[in-house]
Amino acid sequence: MSTVDASHSPPYIPKKAKIGEPQSRTLQQQQRLWGWIFLSPWIIGFTLFTAAPIIMSLGFTFTNFSLSSTDPIEFVGLANWQKLLTDPLALTALGVTLKFAALAVPIGIILPLGLAVLLNAKHLFGKRIWRTLFYMPYMVPAVSGIFIWMSFMNAQAGWLNRFLKLIGIQDPPNWLGDASWILPAFVFMGIWGVGNAMLTMLATIQGVPTELYEAADVDGANSVIKFFRITLPMISPVIFYNLVLSVIGLMQYFVVPYVVTRGTGQPGNSAYFFNMHLYKTAFTFFDMGYGATQAWLIFIVALILTVGLFLSSRYWVYYAGERE
Amino acid sequence: MATITATPKHVNTSPYYSFQLRQFGVKSLIFMVAIVIGFIYLMPFGNMALMAVKTQEQIVASATGSVLPMEPEVFVYEGKNYDVYNVPFPDGTVRELALFKKGRQTSEFIDPANPTAEAITWEGNWRGLEQVSELKFHFENFSTAWDMLNFPRHFFNTLAIAILGLIGTLLSCISVAYAFARFPIPGKNVLFLILIGTIILPGQVTLIPTYAFFAKIGWVGSQNGIPLGWLPLIVPHFFANAYNVFLLRQYFMTLPRELDEAAVIDGATPFQVLTRVIVPLSWSAIISVGLFHFIFAWNDYFGPLIYLLGARDFQPISVAVQEFNFQYGARPELVQATSLMAMVLPIVIFFFAQKVFMRGVVITGVEK
Repeated sequence: MSTVDASHSPPYIPKKAKIGEPQSRTLQQQQRLWGWIFLSPWIIGFTLFTAAPIIMSLGFTFTNFSLSSTDPIEFVGLANWQKLLTDPLALTALGVTLKFAALAVPIGIILPLGLAVLLNAKHLFGKRIWRTLFYMPYMVPAVSGIFIWMSFMNAQAGWLNRFLKLIGIQDPPNWLGDASWILPAFVFMGIWGVGNAMLTMLATIQGVPTELYEAADVDGANSVIKFFRITLPMISPVIFYNLVLSVIGLMQYFVVPYVVTRGTGQPGNSAYFFNMHLYKTAFTFFDMGYGATQAWLIFIVALILTVGLFLSSRYWVYYAGERE
Repeated sequence: MATITATPKHVNTSPYYSFQLRQFGVKSLIFMVAIVIGFIYLMPFGNMALMAVKTQEQIVASATGSVLPMEPEVFVYEGKNYDVYNVPFPDGTVRELALFKKGRQTSEFIDPANPTAEAITWEGNWRGLEQVSELKFHFENFSTAWDMLNFPRHFFNTLAIAILGLIGTLLSCISVAYAFARFPIPGKNVLFLILIGTIILPGQVTLIPTYAFFAKIGWVGSQNGIPLGWLPLIVPHFFANAYNVFLLRQYFMTLPRELDEAAVIDGATPFQVLTRVIVPLSWSAIISVGLFHFIFAWNDYFGPLIYLLGARDFQPISVAVQEFNFQYGARPELVQATSLMAMVLPIVIFFFAQKVFMRGVVITGVEK
């Protein structure tokens, strides 16, 4: 029926230029090639600085590799592992690390959550100033922060104990010099580092759909019920994420005890963290084989804890997008 | 009926009034909580700030006395120093006078306000008098610490390491994020999961082979005045990292593809699309990545500690401050002064770029 002579004007085919959609074989191949080129820095970096070192460090655990001696590298089997499992100092250090994690993880979640709830409160005056105030200490370089807190927690002249005496506590602890107070003191120092967790929790709380609260209001729920039944489940993915990050971070805890105790872990090894032992083995004695074994032990511990968290997350982390 | 109207007028029982009252109660309670927490957060800063401007004597004195940097007031008259005391007179007045001539029974004082007048003779033992103290801040601690620490040198080291690494981070992360956001790479999702997985990989497990590798090729410490130990702190940043790639990718994905397509139709290569379309539209994300890296480099302690062991002149502020403070631990005022100096720049940057910075934190933290 068409009066147009098809042979003279071919039908118009819109030229697709959509990146990432297959059109012609060559164009897609070209796109892929560009993709690999742009991706290459990470591929190279991942191979060089992550994958290869992991495999190598596992290999090191079976050798006597040392940077301080000129002996040829020898395969020593499981000797390093045997040494590690009978090294009393290493086991003490692992104990200190785990004990500290047990103290610090709950505070590291509850405090930023509390601050986020506070900053989200309808009735708080001057929210932006408070948010800046609670976040700002996160910017203080770690080493500066440690010296500031050491002075603040000084048993005699520090403001903390002077303040405690002022409010009637006659015999405040010698925070950094007492084996039973030093770990709580480190946890206390950690309050300056919750800024990131606080911000992410705050943003998530603000993103909870208001319909949920309105529906709860209709049902007559009070604020406490709304917090535990709506807010908490809705932000559980962020809590989970921060939990995993803080567990991994605590397995690597080093700078604070190293600077505060000048690398000794005193008093009485109460602050001798696993990484200080690792640091001493690898960078004071340059015993890389044994150092790598320690690194793998803490890696395995971290892995077990992380896998445990992931398994438990099925029971308490709520992903709004998923069907049960 | 009459009994109801007999309610005293001044007691307001309207439901709205009690609502207001409760609101006020809640408001002040929340505010009080914020004040208390804010106070705890700021106390260490106060401790540091005042410690940093005291002399050794003032620190000793303030351990038992006032927390402020007080010291005995001195009156200088004709080139000589005289201590100032609170001198009580029989008529009940107390005057602040400078002790001019000490005596067991009587002492002579001069009035600092009127030194040329005749000396005032006071009956009694001057040792029983209370010395007048005044507030005196010793800001010279900062210049002392500045010189002793060789602050400009370490400041320059930190800045150099931070900026060179910053260039690497920006180039590599923008490129990798662009690849993840726009290109049909086979197995892209798996690769992205691996990338995110590296966030939860404890650093120690790669530490020792990495260190051994850099040590073998000589990239530790310094040689002939060349800081080779900087290279392990800079070069790895040219190979992207998970946090920053994630942040940039999230941002790039929000940019409409139509813009790329328009540029492609105009004959742009993928590289030109990146430099002419994507980057100019993503400045806020790129700035937050830059800030993250800068703060990281300023803070980094373990890396410089192991790679710059012994190369004192090339250490960044973090390690230099710690070594200085181990050495001068007996001078807490200098320790606090150096701590303050080291934190000034990050804090100032934070205050200027707060908004961009916090948005970056939220994107990387919430969306995963």
